[in-house]
Amino acid sequence: MDYFLNEQQIMVRDLARRIAREKIAPVAAQYDESEEFAWPIMKVLAESDLFGIYIPEQYGGLGGGILDMCVVTEELSRACGAIALGYASSALGALPIMISGSEEQKKKYLPEIASGRKLAAFCLTEAGAGSDATAIQTTARKEGDSSSPGGGKYILNGTKQWITNAGEAEIYTVIAMTDKKKGVRGASAFIVEKGTKGMEFGKKEKKMGIRASATREVIFTDCEVPAANLISREGMGFIAALKTLDTSRPGVAAQAVGMAQGAFDHALNYARTRVQFGQPVTGFQAVQHMIADMGTQIEAARALTYAVARMVDSGAKSISRESAMAKLFASDMAMKVTTDAVQLMGGYGYMRDYPVEKFMRDAKITQIYEGTNQIQRNVIAANLIKESLQKD
Amino acid sequence: MNIIVCIKQVPNTTDVKIDPATNTLVRDGVESVINPFDAYAIEEAVRLKEKLGGKVTAVTMGPPQAEKALRDAIALGCDEGVLVSDRKFAGSDTWATSYTLSAAIEKIGDYGVIVCGKQASDGDTAQVGPGISAHLDIPQVTYVRKIRGINEKTAVVERMTEEGFDVVETPLPCLFTVVKEINTPRMPSIKGMMRAKSAKISKWTAADIDAEPAALGLDGSPTRVVKIFTPEPRKGGEIISGSAGDVAKELAELLKGEVV
Repeated sequence: MDYFLNEQQIMVRDLARRIAREKIAPVAAQYDESEEFAWPIMKVLAESDLFGIYIPEQYGGLGGGILDMCVVTEELSRACGAIALGYASSALGALPIMISGSEEQKKKYLPEIASGRKLAAFCLTEAGAGSDATAIQTTARKEGDSSSPGGGKYILNGTKQWITNAGEAEIYTVIAMTDKKKGVRGASAFIVEKGTKGMEFGKKEKKMGIRASATREVIFTDCEVPAANLISREGMGFIAALKTLDTSRPGVAAQAVGMAQGAFDHALNYARTRVQFGQPVTGFQAVQHMIADMGTQIEAARALTYAVARMVDSGAKSISRESAMAKLFASDMAMKVTTDAVQLMGGYGYMRDYPVEKFMRDAKITQIYEGTNQIQRNVIAANLIKESLQKD
Repeated sequence: MNIIVCIKQVPNTTDVKIDPATNTLVRDGVESVINPFDAYAIEEAVRLKEKLGGKVTAVTMGPPQAEKALRDAIALGCDEGVLVSDRKFAGSDTWATSYTLSAAIEKIGDYGVIVCGKQASDGDTAQVGPGISAHLDIPQVTYVRKIRGINEKTAVVERMTEEGFDVVETPLPCLFTVVKEINTPRMPSIKGMMRAKSAKISKWTAADIDAEPAALGLDGSPTRVVKIFTPEPRKGGEIISGSAGDVAKELAELLKGEVV
């Protein structure tokens, strides 16, 4: 289907597709097995300017939008959703700075993220704070004031869990409570650089899928962060996090679309050559209908994802419902299509010698992270009901 | 130091068709790409620039559509492109081609190193690079697999041989032809592709490069391709079995029948 991408988006898509095919696909299974972080691929993406496509030109980027980021994430995910996540998570870590950061913070951090010299990571989740982000226990205590050297500092304490890119990234955006009494209005966002005293990383998690993605705890023990690293104002952390996630969710949707497309491409190629009862199995209507459904579902999810990404790029104020819809629909689709891709290939699909079972394992996470699909439904329903009330 | 890299646009297939009448390549309907060996030359030239400063100029001789190869080279890090194109160049052999390119390189001037791929994937002669250095009367090192050290005046390089490698020191300016062992070419960058899109490609004709008309094209080519053919595949050998004595006897009989 033609999505009328602009010239730069087509250029970016074709380059990302080529990198996926030539550089990522040959090593995807190897990284899945070794669970290593794919730094050589990150270097290729950096040299190709892909880390900067969604970052404004004045901060060293190419001035594209979330749609451009989605197009890259989708193409990379067609070869490996885990390696693509290293790319997409850096965007997730950069978004709080892009959306809510000061001019100084943007000038200091965004060019390094845009060039790919440094990766970013976003630290929200904790052991007791998943879907309920209001239950955050990590604290940030202010010491000194604007008259102190450097304008004072914050002392961070607490443990963030399941942080993507943890240990590999250099720049972390962290949500911590500056005033627990105020609840969500007491949360604040900070930029913490790797190497800051009092910041450590926990053990690397062993996961079902996206195994080449680094997932670790980020532990703060009396970690001193300059007051200049507070994003926006105290109490604005939760809003910064919500805006970030509203903006980034089309990226998860794009990752899901890419994985589904990758699995589908393999399964369809296989089905064309798999002969049973004297003919390729694509000659059987049962298989044809599966192919038709899978292709249609992928296209529908892609259309919704791109439409929402365009809406985000238009500067629309209220995007929670739409971005939740894209993430929900695309990730449920990816789980179904990758499962069907394994089914289409029968026993071969189940074998780790073939790439399709990995897509199925990798796809599952898209229904869980950046807000479970149950939470997405809550968000969608709440918005629909509110909109309906407003019409009365 | 300014660097010149010579590239060729070739059909993107190893299964090229040959026009039986003219014995030249049929290019219609075949996608054209930068000669794969030249990709290593471009990468090495760009790495030299990144180390030493200066600029990289990509040069190609070919039909007008070869401009795309130059834009692709700019996307990979070259700074400028020169297309040497004229109907008078048609039918050039490696002698005429290397003469034409050397005339263009003289017009560009001010260079420290010329880098070429070891050969083109279509003609496979490996003669144009060395030919350019002969016409320019500068030193050449072929099959370079590593540049060990380089400054404004000299370079020390490893030249790949069948048994291993030679270490060669050469004064500059000089010409290198490079093998694929020398580097891993990078992917193009988006910024490079954008620069490539708007870059101005210099287009030079025979008159622009002050070339001797008699040395150009078919008339300037001392060699002719008489015939191109695929050699008959070798037939498998004959296996004689039986006891050692019988085998030896039969073999002796067979050999007697041959011209020994």
